[in-house]
Amino acid sequence: MLKFTAEHEWLQLDGDVATVGITTYAVEQLGDLVFVELPEIGASFSKNDDAATVESVKAASEVYCPLDGEITAVNEAIVADPSLVNSDPQGAGWFFKLKLKNLADADGLLDEAAYQELIA
Amino acid sequence: MDDTAALKKTPLHALHLQLGARMVPFAGYDMPVQYPAGVMKEHLHTRAEAGLFDVSHMGQVIVKAKSGSYEDAALALESLVPVDILGLAEGRQRYGFFTDDTGCILDDLMITHLDDHLFVVVNAACKEADVAHLQAHIGDQCDITVLDRALIALQGPRAVEVLAELWADVAAMKFMDVRHCRLHDVSCLVSRSGYSGEDGFEISIPADKAVDVTMRLLEHPDVQAIGLGARDSLRLEAGLCLYGNDIDTTTSPVEAALEWAMQKARRSNGARAGGFPGSGRILSELENGAARRRVGLKPEGKAPVRGHAKLYADAEGKVEIGEVTSGGFGPSAESPVAMGYVPVSHAAVGTQVYAEVRGKFLPVTVSALPFVTPTYKR
Repeated sequence: MLKFTAEHEWLQLDGDVATVGITTYAVEQLGDLVFVELPEIGASFSKNDDAATVESVKAASEVYCPLDGEITAVNEAIVADPSLVNSDPQGAGWFFKLKLKNLADADGLLDEAAYQELIA
Repeated sequence: MDDTAALKKTPLHALHLQLGARMVPFAGYDMPVQYPAGVMKEHLHTRAEAGLFDVSHMGQVIVKAKSGSYEDAALALESLVPVDILGLAEGRQRYGFFTDDTGCILDDLMITHLDDHLFVVVNAACKEADVAHLQAHIGDQCDITVLDRALIALQGPRAVEVLAELWADVAAMKFMDVRHCRLHDVSCLVSRSGYSGEDGFEISIPADKAVDVTMRLLEHPDVQAIGLGARDSLRLEAGLCLYGNDIDTTTSPVEAALEWAMQKARRSNGARAGGFPGSGRILSELENGAARRRVGLKPEGKAPVRGHAKLYADAEGKVEIGEVTSGGFGPSAESPVAMGYVPVSHAAVGTQVYAEVRGKFLPVTVSALPFVTPTYKR
């Protein structure tokens, strides 16, 4: 199940684990990424905490944790090559996997149609 | 009210929109920060071929002595800048700065000896204050006229060949030469200078002809429009100061490592020593140095270190020693690059200091500026 946040993150839900990344729209706004900093595996975050940082040539931006949960995996490939996020933001450019504290929290997220309307 | 409604537009504004630029407010103007290619590609294109920048937001000002003599205009301006203007040959340009009574920098500018007068280019954010400053201090001796013209920069290794297709004589110009010319049958003023670290030109064009000349240049396959984003990363790699970031009314020219812009004639024992605001401090610092200095900073890791990051002598962040004034990623350097101020005790190339980024203290090495080798045609 694919969900979105108004802060331009996407979540692919598989049971109570969400793979999280930033949307194509977000990447277009940021431009070419030159640096990505990911959270530690095992770290716990509340919704809207700063979980990761991305930097373009011009500026740094935070990636927020979309829901309460614990980091179970991170995508080291985008640390080694941040351009992966630009080339495939909603695929190979994923950021981290988050084990949700409350699966029901995901119901409050946007579905794809609602997200597309938001950025239109 | 729409925030952009109050913003001023350059004569090329509609062209930027046509080219798909992302526009941002900058110094009161609605300016292109990037085009669809993006900052990274625009930066690399400028270093590899030729980039075209709209810098029409900058102030273009004529300073002409009421007597009509160049010498009078030069001596008047010398009362406001620590630069040898009298010794500037006709058709030559120099970098300089207005200083204040505390010996700090009010603005930086380019100064040209053009015919019997001076042509100066000042920063957009400072231009009203600069014109008022000129009026207040030398307005009794000189007529100060703000020109309503466009200004574009064509920068990069292919710039000279591109411009030579419109005006063959451009190839004979040297770095910091300024010439009148006709481009596409439009009367323009061309200087071989810029702010990218590359060979290139700045071209002053009558506002109503700006789109014609600019489009003619953009038709060339080697030329791309470049936004303010890449302009900033290019000048940072070139070690050039951005007014308001790296220099301002809290920094003196010697602290800013701009001694090279202050010629012998204006220094102690020079033919026209002193005689500019803050000369006591500046002449003393030219002889004895300043307590702190602007230096290049190269972060050791991959994380960019941005302006306003605090600098420390130690990895624990106990001893704060200074601040980063500009920083980001250098697409040509292929690494983060920055500059900032440190005490002279920490200013030697190779000194390791630490920058605070998101609560961490990242190792940063004091480095020689610029980060790229300039290709100015001297």
